[in-house]
Amino acid sequence: MADGALSHIKVLDLTHYIAGPYCTRLLADYGAEVIKVEKPGEGDGARRCGPFLHDEPHPEKSGLFLYLNSNKRGITLNLKTETGRRIFKELLREADVLVENFRPGVMASLGLEYEDLHRINPKLVMTSISNFGQSGPYRDYKASEIVLYALGGMMYIMGNYDREPLKHGLSQGQYLAAATAAAATMSAIYAQGEDGPGQHVDVSIMEAVTEGIFWPAVAYSYSGGVPRRRPKVGSVFDACMPTKDGYVAPVFYGYVDWDAFSRFMDCPELADPKFASHADRVMHSEEFAALLLPKIREWSKDELFHAAQDWRFAFGIVNTTEDVVHSPQLRERGFFVEMDHPVAGRLTYPGAPFKLSESPAQARRPAPLLGQHNEEVYGRLGYTGGDLVKLREGGII
Amino acid sequence: MGLPLSGIRVLDLGSAWAIPIAIRYLAILGAEVIRIESCARPDISRFGTHAENTTEGRFWETGARFNHINVNKKDITIDLSMPKGVALFKELVKVSDVIAENFSPRVMRNLGLHYEVLRDIKPDIIMLSSSGFGASGPWAHYGAWGMGMEPTAGISHLTGYIDGPPMKAGIPYTDIISSVHGTLAILIALEHRRRTGRGQWIDLSQNEAAVQQIGEAIMDYTMNGRVQGRMGNRHPSMAPHGIYRCRGNDKWVVISVSSEEEWKALCDALGDPPWSREQRFRDGLSRWRHQEELDRLIEEWTISRDHHEVMHTLQQAGVPAGAVLTPKEILLDPHLRERGYIHKLTHPRLEGMELLGTRPYLGMPWRMSRTPLSLERSPLFGEHNGYAFAELLGMTQEEMAELEREGVIGNRPLADEPTYWGAATVPLPVLKELGYIEEWDENYHEILGLDG
Repeated sequence: MADGALSHIKVLDLTHYIAGPYCTRLLADYGAEVIKVEKPGEGDGARRCGPFLHDEPHPEKSGLFLYLNSNKRGITLNLKTETGRRIFKELLREADVLVENFRPGVMASLGLEYEDLHRINPKLVMTSISNFGQSGPYRDYKASEIVLYALGGMMYIMGNYDREPLKHGLSQGQYLAAATAAAATMSAIYAQGEDGPGQHVDVSIMEAVTEGIFWPAVAYSYSGGVPRRRPKVGSVFDACMPTKDGYVAPVFYGYVDWDAFSRFMDCPELADPKFASHADRVMHSEEFAALLLPKIREWSKDELFHAAQDWRFAFGIVNTTEDVVHSPQLRERGFFVEMDHPVAGRLTYPGAPFKLSESPAQARRPAPLLGQHNEEVYGRLGYTGGDLVKLREGGII
Repeated sequence: MGLPLSGIRVLDLGSAWAIPIAIRYLAILGAEVIRIESCARPDISRFGTHAENTTEGRFWETGARFNHINVNKKDITIDLSMPKGVALFKELVKVSDVIAENFSPRVMRNLGLHYEVLRDIKPDIIMLSSSGFGASGPWAHYGAWGMGMEPTAGISHLTGYIDGPPMKAGIPYTDIISSVHGTLAILIALEHRRRTGRGQWIDLSQNEAAVQQIGEAIMDYTMNGRVQGRMGNRHPSMAPHGIYRCRGNDKWVVISVSSEEEWKALCDALGDPPWSREQRFRDGLSRWRHQEELDRLIEEWTISRDHHEVMHTLQQAGVPAGAVLTPKEILLDPHLRERGYIHKLTHPRLEGMELLGTRPYLGMPWRMSRTPLSLERSPLFGEHNGYAFAELLGMTQEEMAELEREGVIGNRPLADEPTYWGAATVPLPVLKELGYIEEWDENYHEILGLDG
């Protein structure tokens, strides 16, 4: 099989949880050789986060960890020891990229600030992903997904008119920041070309979230109005609507042939001129909803989704994870991949996010066991089996 | 050291959000981006939210979304429905590195501009095609607007109030996700080309990029057969974890506590209230089980306080907390300002667009130590026709004038008014009445520190 696009790139991965590991997994999917460095004994905190295989908490059975760390090699190294840091610097000499998502200041406290590392390896691209970035008054503030969603501005625009703001499910902000960090890392790699200097890239999760609200933000700066979450009048146009067996999400955006729509829904009343323009429909949205919603309920969600698409109405369908996994579209495109893991067994994973014709992504290996590649990676640096025993006894690896 | 992408030329055939935003990052990174529109079909992001809420004058230059999405780009017009337009586009392909488009998959083929054709014209061309479901498979030709893709990718089923229906973000959220994946895809392809000399075609499915974001829930299904549902603002293990009303109109703060240490810090910051020592809140699991009561008690404390003040007080005590920032508060946020995330850009004072002036824009979500990035205002409609056709392609003024007469190129849209349903500018008091905005500031220029 063809080499991955990034098979010439060596990434040293000091990341944990989501925002860092998804970034390096993206690079690994497209061929980069990623070595994930974990704390001996404990490893990445994501190993202790669910969902677990058969709901059995186990460091090698976390679905979150397995998903985010496939295609990487894994070693353990204790950076809080002098020897650990010395070995880390040996690894660093061979690396093109270092990605880390510690709190700002942690790398400095380990004596591993960009300036220090740059002296060891001037070509190094170092990407630091943090909640609020490496500077500014919130730099040292603590965060979780909901805090980032609030400060990033996404929360205020989500939710019902008369209810509290709402966050997206799961850890959307951290995933967005991770993909952003992968792009940022690539921009620094491309910038250096054949043998230019590396640089330090500072990615803020808060800002990655804020990218999502550019429209409400420019709306304020262009008119002085403060956009909020779903309106009092007309929110039905942005609603997921119940069918017999689930929900669909009709989209009344762009051009909609309204006569055809009333025919499609078998609801001639919708062709009334009072619903002619979008503004008309908003002003009569209660009547509109009273006519449309019972019609929607006559269908099953799959039938309605496909029928609407055949009529060229760009409906969405509210898919559960089960629906997504069985989606004929995703299946036919080979989106899901299967991998054998020595502890978790054979599992189905979401694959890579885009298809490159010349250098496709590959599912090369499942996520590493804790320290799985110590012999291989340290062996390449010249450490013998005996050395590794000593390092293990010393709590270094 | 030049900007990361200096010397790279990108033709941006995108419309609306997904591709134009992906290419916005490349433009800020220093690529020369040529945005291509046509007089018959100016981009819809030009319409809908206009400076000073008016569509008088050159309304097509005053659209807020277009002016954000297209910073640092050049703009030209080519009508690709005309054979001469297609020929002109092919000439530009010869001198370009990257082409990006988000038409539905059949369009480029119908125009005779699919990858195989463009590769014959420019062998190392990189082409990104972004579509709702990708270029193959039974749904390839399905219509896909961002507003419908969030549910289809499985995100909405996991989003919503507990016991409420699935919810969408209210913005075309999957465009945000797929745009940054599009940027990444192009950068990977550029690096591959730098090393091998070969271009390629990128098939980006918005659906597939968005499914990435719910990976752990997908794994829960593939591992355990469990279909996860909605948790509102709650968390599977943390408590308290939620949103609390603060002083003022629609002001809120979020708080999350993940450890005993953070719980003690929270109790301290709240003045060690007697309830915090009750049995029902004695440990993490007990707090999680009684989180409704806990939330009510915490809100008794937040309700009389400013949301920023609550955040700072709790953060200083070591508790993760964040004010729920409004779009206005984002633009004014001291942290984002100090990090240089907010950029003021000045538009030309041409007749019919005098009101546009200077506006603040959001910047880049990353900083680069050696190649600092900056923003430049979005281009005027067709502003760079002269550059592209005369300087790059060597056409004469006469040749260009003829193309203009034939309607292949031009520098103003054909339509005399915005051609998009949302374009009607609704007065702010009506928007408030309908609940689309929370409030408005007559003096927002002053608040934002803008000139005049």
